[in-house]
Amino acid sequence: MSEVTVRKQRPKHLALNEIRLPLPGFVSILHRISGAGLFLCLPLLLALFGNSVGSPESFAAYKETVGNPFVKLILFGLLWAYLHHFCAGIRFLLLDMHKGLDLAAARNSSKIVLVVSIALTLIIGVKLW
Amino acid sequence: MVSRIVVGAHYGFRDWLGQRVTAVFMALYTVIFGINALMLPEMSYEAWSGMFAGGFMRFMTFLFFLALFYHAWVGVRDIYMDYIKPVGIRLALHVITLFLLIGYAGWAARILWRL
Repeated sequence: MSEVTVRKQRPKHLALNEIRLPLPGFVSILHRISGAGLFLCLPLLLALFGNSVGSPESFAAYKETVGNPFVKLILFGLLWAYLHHFCAGIRFLLLDMHKGLDLAAARNSSKIVLVVSIALTLIIGVKLW
Repeated sequence: MVSRIVVGAHYGFRDWLGQRVTAVFMALYTVIFGINALMLPEMSYEAWSGMFAGGFMRFMTFLFFLALFYHAWVGVRDIYMDYIKPVGIRLALHVITLFLLIGYAGWAARILWRL
């Protein structure tokens, strides 16, 4: 007898637009994206920090730069990136310590990470705007 | 029992651990920074730059930057290892990233000690 297992034809590429990530996966990829974004914007952030503490004149220049609506928007995005990376990072540290590993807890904590980081971004962002 | 040839390489444990230790330090610093920033009487040059002029905050801020750059090195390297397959491009990106991060560390030191 030769029973041939007919394998299902599987796509050879990942159809990223069709993959639905579960919530913890979503938090995970956002952790990576926010980290990459923060890394790419390090020169901007260092320049702004340097100006803000350099001298009264450079502080005035710093104020003018961050007063620009476009810069504000970028900084708002970076604020979210930092806070998401912060919250998701704490979640990952807890997972490393085998806390909250079962499915329900992991889903729940990823929900908390998303909500808390967005809420903190809005609170701090509005306060600074 | 897993038998490994352990000569000439480490298995990433040091970086894995280093990424987490720096993460904890940065999280603590973030809280300290937040409390200090909330206690500022006003957002003026004197108050803001004065926040980093004290020995403790200046030192902690510099450590924060060093932790950040090491943390970023491990994280960005992980991204390259996942997505960049050609060895030459990956090596080039590693070198560029490393030089950038070392440069940033010098920049951060200059900012903090010019205060």
